[in-house]
Amino acid sequence: MNFFMQRMMGGKEGAVAFVIIAAVILVLFPLFLDIFRLNLVGKYLTYAFVAVGLVMCWGYGGILSLGQGVFFGLGGYAMAMFLKLEASSPEATAIQSTPGIPDFMDWNQITALPWFWEPFNSLPLTIIAVLVVPTIFAFFIGVAMFKRRVGGVYFAIITQAIALILTVLIVGQQGYTGGINGITDLRTLLGWDIRDDSAKYILYFVNAILLLGVIMIGRFVITSKLGRLLVAMRDREDRVRFSGYDVSAFKIFVFCLAAMFSAIGGAMFTLQVGFMSPSFVGIVPSIEMVIFAAVGGRMSLIGAVYGTLLVSFGKTYFSEVAPELWLFMMGALFIAVVMAFPNGLAGIYQKHRSKVIALGRRLCARVPFCPTYRVGAPRPSES
Amino acid sequence: MEGYTASELMSIVAMQGFAGISLFSVLLLMALGLAIIFGQMGVINMAHGEFMTIGAYTTFLLSSMAGEFGLVDYYFPVAIIVSFLVAFGVGYLTEWALIRHLYARPLDTLLATWGLSLMLQQIFRTVFGAREVSPAMPGWLQGSWQPTDAIDIPINGLFVLGLTVLLTTAVLYYLYKSRSGVKMRATTQNRMMAGAVGINTKRVDRFTFALGCGIAGVAGAAFTTIASTGPTTGSLYIVDTFMVVVFGGAASLFGTIASAFAIAEAQSIMEFFMSGSMAKVLTLLFVVGVLMIRPEGLFSVKVRK
Amino acid sequence: MSSDTDFLLAIEDLTVSFDGFKAVDGLNFYLDEDELHVIIGPNGAGKTTVLDMICGKTPATSGSIKFRNQELTKLSEHKIVHAGVGRKFQNPSIYENLSVLENLEISFPRGHGVFGALMFKRDEQVVRRVEEIAEEINLKDELHTQAGLLSHGQKQWLEIGMLLIQDPQLLMLDEPVAGMSVKERQDTAHLLRRICKGRAVLVIEHDMEFVKSIAHKVTVLHQGKILAAGDMDHVQSDPRVIEVYLGH
Repeated sequence: MNFFMQRMMGGKEGAVAFVIIAAVILVLFPLFLDIFRLNLVGKYLTYAFVAVGLVMCWGYGGILSLGQGVFFGLGGYAMAMFLKLEASSPEATAIQSTPGIPDFMDWNQITALPWFWEPFNSLPLTIIAVLVVPTIFAFFIGVAMFKRRVGGVYFAIITQAIALILTVLIVGQQGYTGGINGITDLRTLLGWDIRDDSAKYILYFVNAILLLGVIMIGRFVITSKLGRLLVAMRDREDRVRFSGYDVSAFKIFVFCLAAMFSAIGGAMFTLQVGFMSPSFVGIVPSIEMVIFAAVGGRMSLIGAVYGTLLVSFGKTYFSEVAPELWLFMMGALFIAVVMAFPNGLAGIYQKHRSKVIALGRRLCARVPFCPTYRVGAPRPSES
Repeated sequence: MEGYTASELMSIVAMQGFAGISLFSVLLLMALGLAIIFGQMGVINMAHGEFMTIGAYTTFLLSSMAGEFGLVDYYFPVAIIVSFLVAFGVGYLTEWALIRHLYARPLDTLLATWGLSLMLQQIFRTVFGAREVSPAMPGWLQGSWQPTDAIDIPINGLFVLGLTVLLTTAVLYYLYKSRSGVKMRATTQNRMMAGAVGINTKRVDRFTFALGCGIAGVAGAAFTTIASTGPTTGSLYIVDTFMVVVFGGAASLFGTIASAFAIAEAQSIMEFFMSGSMAKVLTLLFVVGVLMIRPEGLFSVKVRK
Repeated sequence: MSSDTDFLLAIEDLTVSFDGFKAVDGLNFYLDEDELHVIIGPNGAGKTTVLDMICGKTPATSGSIKFRNQELTKLSEHKIVHAGVGRKFQNPSIYENLSVLENLEISFPRGHGVFGALMFKRDEQVVRRVEEIAEEINLKDELHTQAGLLSHGQKQWLEIGMLLIQDPQLLMLDEPVAGMSVKERQDTAHLLRRICKGRAVLVIEHDMEFVKSIAHKVTVLHQGKILAAGDMDHVQSDPRVIEVYLGH
């Protein structure tokens, strides 16, 4: 048990960073934000699942996927399909020409529930689908690409094409998917109204705790030998291969893990926001999620969360104040983060680390219960 | 496919085939520039679509000016050249400001050029508005040609095809026959050696990138004759264009031509029998499927590593 | 398929062609245990290609490579490593961001699967083995140094150490003394003589003095074919070899 705890926390400094992010998410935001804003933060945090996954496969593994929206979307759609079926009971949809099926199917002259919707009548099957379908999909992509040693920019372009394919498919098949509007008008989860304030509070906390769990899993992976191997593969793939490792297996693993994280985020998005649409699946959201990870620092799991929050807050704020400015700033942000801050927020922190820690110590000394922690040997691979 | 007679099917194939030729022209014009930038230099330019849009808006501006002087029938050849020059110039600046710092980091180039594409899109929107625009069409580009009763082929499509053939020939000639093309290929194949024999590789890089962008500008000028232009027009084609280049085999220009043709024709002919979105899904799925089995693309160059 | 042999490594009729160009052409080559064999030859003779084919980096066009009577041409690279073949590259290929200790640890033959790598722990056995190897390659005092800071020669040794920790039956070294000082060359020669006990070592080298000081047997490759083979003196006096090296 100690072994697991140590690895998940990543040393004392890692533990402090973890406690701080947990306090921000679990205490600070709920205390100071009204439920509308908190729900918004909850929505942002679902993107952080994707960003954390990207830190692992892009930052550590060097695999840049521009199709993470696909997995976010698959998770989100799976959850939305379940909620939609619950909202489409024969009583609630009595005015339709075929009662008991989702409204958009009825509008598109579909008269029976398609077979692939059937499993989503059951919550356990839905949860399994959220976790397993995107992972298996990622597995197939991973096997096809990594076994043939396709990587780098080719992988990025092909995953982008997959994101485009899925979006066009969802938009085109509106009778089965709800089309461009997505799956909307979701109300209850097993009879529990997800739209009222108390539900939003509960879902926020569930989401936050899941995210912290995902970060801990991520920590466990990147502090293991597998994490070092990922970095080693990124820099010297042949050496790893000729040290007796099946390089593709590690890439497939981390890609699948990132896909599963994204899918959990997607499902939590649907629950908190109450709809799912193709605009969270395609090329644009997928690449935006890369910038979340880049702003936070591509090698920092916790940085990814801050990066997501910062960029999302920025997007919301500027979209309200000066919508025409936002796209321009977003573009500039991509360029700035690549040219000037390749390690993002985490890189800036690392640069001023000693000052930040000294300040933290001084603040801590005034709090009687706070242990004055000692910072262990720096580990460049984890922050 | 029941319900069609053989001759009807032939006409459908001929007309859809020709509609495919228009798409082929646009894809190839865009892909030519990208084949140089990505295929030869290995730089991912996600803003390539915006360079096409620059060409399209340049043409639009010139057509407005031409309209005021009553020169609508004559401006187009000038527009092609000016589009090339404007896109070339912006490309030159882009290489200087961005790309040259990122040659060793291809994935970062991808992100930075994506950022550039967002910024350019916003500039287009601010300057030209969100609505799509179309330049005034010279009279000689309007109308159509009817070889038989059932077949009706628009003139603008033929014109774009002609322009595509011309430009492709020019690019091939430039790359394989001209002195500066040889320098360019030498630089992309062995940078150190090229530098050692006295080629200014930095200047070659800048010129090559700008050239690819300039060709995208010409694609934009051609594009205005078959569709209208909006701020995001270029980004709609970027993934397809990348697929064309990768599918053809990144280092092979002949592969690019073949794959642009195959993708455009497959999509247009299928479009007649199913919805446009399904045709696109099936085409892209096929391309991705082939790339998964054969990552090096259709035409590849074998080298001893 | 050829029958079983007593050799550790038996290469028969091995050919690889790149678009018609035969980089290795009908090669027959045998290696015994405890043998330190050096391949020499002018540039482009196919020396590195032969190593690439043994370790699975380049697939053979035809022919067979049998290692302890196991056919290697059909195995993937990591399985060839597991079969007992280690390969050092021409340029030192180490993980520059990691410490010497971590470099050796990654090469420790345990936890090669995904799950194994997740649960891998640096226990007593690992540390002992890493220290033992570090002693062998003269890097005992540098265990916590970042590998990127080592001298060129030390990097070469580290890579050899990363192979030794896997205890391979066949060790293949591509130009191990390139860029080394005279002292480092001598140390490397000692090292190679020590480590060829109980295994075979196959070396590609250009430095004739060094070859002379270590080789049990020498094979001269030229244009993908064996020109001469035998001990150093024999090979050096072969007129064809002199022709290739001195003629045009």
